[in-house]
Amino acid sequence: MGVATVTSTTGDAGTEAIKGAGPAQLEVRGVTKAFPGCLANDDISFRIEPGEIHALLGENGAGKSTLVKIIYGVLQADQGELIWEGAPVTIQSPHDAREMGIGLVFQHFSLFETMTVLENIALAMNDVRDMDALRKQVEEVEKTYGLPLDPDRHVYTLSVGERQRIEIVRCLLQNPKLLILDEPTSVLTPQEVEKLFETLRRLADEGCAILYISHKLHEVKALCQKATVLRGGKVVGGCDPREETAKSMAEMMIGQKLTAPDRGESRTFGDVRLDVSNLSLLSDEQFGTHLKDINLEVRGGEIMGVAGVAGNGQNELFRALAGETEQEAAPDTIKIDGKSVAHFGPRRRRRLGATFVPEERNGHGAVPDMSLSENGFLTAFRRMALSAKGLIREMPTKSFADNIIKTFDVRTTGTGAEAGSLSGGNLQKFIVGREILQDPGVLVISQPTWGVDAGAASAIHQALLDLAAKGTAVLVISQDLDEIFAICDSVVVMAEGKMSKPRPMADVSIEEIGLLMGGLHDLEGDVTPANNLEVEGGRVGQA
Amino acid sequence: MEWIVPFFLTVITASTPLLLAATGELVTEKSGVLNLGVEGMMLVGAIAGFAVTASSGSAGLGIIAAVIAGTLMSLIFAFLTLTLMANQVATGLALTIFGVGFSALVGSGFVGFAIDPLPGLSIPGISAIPIIGPILFGQDFLVYLSIVAVIGVGWFLARSRAGLVLKAVGDSHHSAHAIGYSVIKIRYLATMFGGAMAGLGGAYLSLSYTPMWAENMTAGRGWIALALVVFATWRPGRLVAGAYMFGLISVMQLHAQGAGIHVPSQFMSMLPYLATVIVLVIISSDRAKIRLNAPACIGQAFRAAQ
Repeated sequence: MGVATVTSTTGDAGTEAIKGAGPAQLEVRGVTKAFPGCLANDDISFRIEPGEIHALLGENGAGKSTLVKIIYGVLQADQGELIWEGAPVTIQSPHDAREMGIGLVFQHFSLFETMTVLENIALAMNDVRDMDALRKQVEEVEKTYGLPLDPDRHVYTLSVGERQRIEIVRCLLQNPKLLILDEPTSVLTPQEVEKLFETLRRLADEGCAILYISHKLHEVKALCQKATVLRGGKVVGGCDPREETAKSMAEMMIGQKLTAPDRGESRTFGDVRLDVSNLSLLSDEQFGTHLKDINLEVRGGEIMGVAGVAGNGQNELFRALAGETEQEAAPDTIKIDGKSVAHFGPRRRRRLGATFVPEERNGHGAVPDMSLSENGFLTAFRRMALSAKGLIREMPTKSFADNIIKTFDVRTTGTGAEAGSLSGGNLQKFIVGREILQDPGVLVISQPTWGVDAGAASAIHQALLDLAAKGTAVLVISQDLDEIFAICDSVVVMAEGKMSKPRPMADVSIEEIGLLMGGLHDLEGDVTPANNLEVEGGRVGQA
Repeated sequence: MEWIVPFFLTVITASTPLLLAATGELVTEKSGVLNLGVEGMMLVGAIAGFAVTASSGSAGLGIIAAVIAGTLMSLIFAFLTLTLMANQVATGLALTIFGVGFSALVGSGFVGFAIDPLPGLSIPGISAIPIIGPILFGQDFLVYLSIVAVIGVGWFLARSRAGLVLKAVGDSHHSAHAIGYSVIKIRYLATMFGGAMAGLGGAYLSLSYTPMWAENMTAGRGWIALALVVFATWRPGRLVAGAYMFGLISVMQLHAQGAGIHVPSQFMSMLPYLATVIVLVIISSDRAKIRLNAPACIGQAFRAAQ
């Protein structure tokens, strides 16, 4: 693995000395890549030693993904070179990269839903192998690294954690010398994350270099020995994460001081404004999750978080609350300010003072081909009186959009700009702003800061806190536990379409939430561990 | 019992063009491309095959010409939709309309020509066995090819690595691209295979089924082939069953009249389409099943993300 040829002259027996002395596993020199209208990578240089776990930090749009694609041969650099084990190389395709020993675990999994685990693995292998031989190898790797997988299951039946395991096994079968992981933990429970880290540390001990991309800084601190920070396509610094704090690294990433959201004084809650009782719903999606007996109450002034690994019924819950799935038969299961609404569509629920922000911005939260003022009109025309006699009132519509842009610092060319032309974070600020400025009594918001940079995220968090302070009931559906801990007053956890009982944020730990996310129910108070293992359905937690 | 042999012979001849075209379209759709131009590609294949056979006297050359013509038609489609990212549905419809007009234009000089139909297989002794002989061993080359092709495609999709890659591209083109497969190239090849098979289906009509050229002689068989693929939920085995069932329905009108059953002929010619609609409704009601075999990316343009 390259390490063996290196002779250490310092006499230090530790691996640290060996690492510094030989050729780097991979050295990136002056890599530059431009896209029309944007310089994604600008003269990027850094090196990764064998056996090193190296973090690549940066906000969305900092150029991390572009750089990874260049290393993995998906894209070609305009300038600069890659040095692999001391010799310059050109990597024309992912096939070349795998041949050299570069493995990549994708951020958005590159899996095929309707195929089996084994077929998915076979597709990513360079050499054509006998399926039976491949099956043996897969089983071997699974045993060695403790990554249990059933090769004959179809991918759509697997949990997100299991899916990621496929990706990792896929890479390990190629005996990688450099393993790249792109945001690997964004969909995992804390326990699954710990398990992943064990595997990665073990790989590093065997001499495999690991490039770890994440914006979860406490994880970087726990795992990585070195970090390179990107901002605006440039390397702005490097550090040893073990000697930094999450805050100091975040400030390096965004290039300015970070302010924690201001939660105000101790909050008082009013009457129940959003009341969900005994809500059960069969999902109409192919691989959807059925909702089973959901109960929750959000009071005025309260921010409740819905935690959970993606795909455990959050989408179905959002659609049920927003009125996208109506329930003619059970109008009482959802109440807004005491009024039964479960049989209403979205428009009538909005009329009662509820607003909704879905997870998907383009196409669900906004119409990409329409202007911002038109998008503002679409959900706000009634509450903001933007329409008269069936016609659009031009001026109020425009000034409403203007108001959103100013209040929420949306970076755009103006109210006439198409929604699709905005970056993810800016469009999210616009959509959140549109719903908040309608002064709702109830706000249901899904993944408020998914893929949003740190600056915009803290603005959105502050806006939600301010809204709650005015007496609105806010329900935040989020996969990001840091977010839930930062702004919520109470939390429920969804697993396999079921919901845990609400708990005040103050007396719940991240470990408990992690266990609930893994599908362990009845974790109320002082239950014995044996009770915790009452798991229904197939997805047993990884704890 | 003497009706059995002619009955089965007509079922086979009615089913073969459907099976040829549908087998090609199945491969095309499995790669994620929806080519609605089957009818047009069949017509152009039919006239190309007929014109070359009539001019050269060689049916072999005619069949080759039909394959080339069908492939060229599919290349037009592939270039527009895969390279230029045009909408697949609109382009497919346009391709059919183009094929109808173009084949009529080229074929105007060939109306009324007569050629010898494709010779049937003749194995001394075996082909003469009563009933089984003429049905199983007396067909022409394209009938056997249609069966070999669909078995080959079934094997290709289920067993071969290339078939797995093809399905992967149709299932999630972004994933396939990320792993390093050339989505566009694979889709080009699959679309060309669909065109070649549609051309063969057309050639079967003009060289064997009715050895002559008539304007618009496919009479909607391209559309039935498209429906067949959905009917079969993208599975080659069911495709054979479906093609023969549709073939059976379409010849029933002839035999019903022969047997003295008086059903309006319009009703009988409506039957295949009616059956298609009914079957589509039935299988669409079970979305779960259809989704497992249906290529998830069908009809979507692929643009490599940056």
